[in-house]
Amino acid sequence: MNIRSHFTYRKAVDRIVRGLCLLAALLALVPLFSVLYYVTARGLGGISFEFFTELPTPVGEEHGGVANAITGTLTLVGLACLFGIPPGVLAGVYLSQFGHTRLGKIVRFSADVMSGVPSVTIGIFVYSLLVVRTKQFSAYAGGLALAVIMLPTVTRTTEELLKLVPEALREAALGLGVPQWRTTLSVMLRTAAPGVATGIMLAVARVAGETAPLLFTSFSNRFWPGGLDEPTASLPVQIYTYAVSPYEDWHSQAWAAALVLVALVLTLNVAARVLVRHRVR
Amino acid sequence: MSTTNSVVASGSVSGAPWGSDAHLQVVPPPPSLGALGAMVEPLHESAKMSAVGLRASFGAREILKGISIPLYEKHVTAIIGPSGCGKSTFIRCLNRMHEVVSGATSVGQVHLDGQDIFSMDPVRLRRRVGMVFQKPNPFPTMSIRDNVLAGLRLNGLKVAEPDALVERALRQVALWDEVKDGIHRSGLSLSGGQQQRLCIARTLAMEPEVILMDEPCSALDPIATARVEELIHELKKDYTIVIVTHNMQQAARVADYTAFFYMGELIEHDRTDVIFTRPAQQRTEDYITGRFG
Repeated sequence: MNIRSHFTYRKAVDRIVRGLCLLAALLALVPLFSVLYYVTARGLGGISFEFFTELPTPVGEEHGGVANAITGTLTLVGLACLFGIPPGVLAGVYLSQFGHTRLGKIVRFSADVMSGVPSVTIGIFVYSLLVVRTKQFSAYAGGLALAVIMLPTVTRTTEELLKLVPEALREAALGLGVPQWRTTLSVMLRTAAPGVATGIMLAVARVAGETAPLLFTSFSNRFWPGGLDEPTASLPVQIYTYAVSPYEDWHSQAWAAALVLVALVLTLNVAARVLVRHRVR
Repeated sequence: MSTTNSVVASGSVSGAPWGSDAHLQVVPPPPSLGALGAMVEPLHESAKMSAVGLRASFGAREILKGISIPLYEKHVTAIIGPSGCGKSTFIRCLNRMHEVVSGATSVGQVHLDGQDIFSMDPVRLRRRVGMVFQKPNPFPTMSIRDNVLAGLRLNGLKVAEPDALVERALRQVALWDEVKDGIHRSGLSLSGGQQQRLCIARTLAMEPEVILMDEPCSALDPIATARVEELIHELKKDYTIVIVTHNMQQAARVADYTAFFYMGELIEHDRTDVIFTRPAQQRTEDYITGRFG
């Protein structure tokens, strides 16, 4: 093969591979956009003002809403953040500092194993830990289950992002006579904050759509819950209930609720990004 | 190396610091640490800090093999030597940053105003012995102003008049006029040379007594280097400065005293003009004339 024909051959290969990459990228986008399109197309019809303000109604009765499920999901996600983020971030800090020790390795390995545990298992775990003992489905239990699911993601993201912060910054702070703990929190974690926040948002987005663990923990409620220690409705469980029912109007409610859930997660995500960008500049 | 001679500068006690009667004395290896300690007593300046038989290692690898040297108050001491000779490790021992790295250990003594630094709290020591690093490392999440105040704030100290303090520190490093209109911009928006001066200002804001500089100009262009060198001249009126440099011209320009390190040992320490014009040791001469290193 002379140099000229080799050149054209190389160009051709380059073009083919580039084409394949583009195709793969488009293929990856197909499910995302078809889900978004389908949920919007089927769900938009069921959206009305009452949908956000009213409680669910019995079959056949019109103007029902999912207001309690929306606030319920927000409550559960809020509790999950409360229970999950502080220990997750601190465990990540620990791993970034002492990850090479024996205990560090055990903690990291456990986190990796935990992130592979099916969420339904975690639901049963919290069920036997909390629900059986208190004899009560509750928002606390649901939040705890979601927190347990978040924990490994938050831990590992925090660790990885702290490792990306240049060592020079730690030395700069220590060189100024700043104590070790303060250096880690105020310099290292502060510098890694945008990335850590993004990791947390991804974890939140994941748990906001979890259904299985909630079936055993927060269960469901057709009314406003009287407190955090009572069964609490949530969008995923509501969608599940409506979707498996044989009624046509519940099906359309399920689509609308799915649309609300997607919009909610997207809003949370964008809001967190904007917030982080504004605070850390 | 077959022998480990220690060399100390000595002059007549009553002589002026820059007297012409200073001469060098080659001393055979000392029998013990104690004797060594007595030998490195400074003769014509008071030593702000002094190392006595300082050894430092990373794991099993010994980097410093017994360094004894005085660092004179309100003077600039330059540490020169080829890569890997232990220069950086040496100054990192002086504010106990060496031991921050896992596996790093040190033995021997370092005195600050006569007190052993290894018996001091490292955090307090580092407030008295500040450090400027090779690469400018302003805190990326902080503004120029907050970078200057960082050391005080992160130490939880109340700053009575932060604006005055910021202006004073930035004026000291001749950065004030360049940044006064954008004091709230990110520290990263500055050029490399400005960033390094910001880092020096950050160190000065802590009002240290000694400033350690680890090749502060190696990431800077010649103009920025000249400014930092000018600054060092200014700073030595108030501070004791130790500067590690790869650049022998720089040592000749800024330092009052120069120490030549080779393979973890102090080969020679004397006034800069002596080191560069009539070094006592062949290896020093070989190094500064470019025969190796």
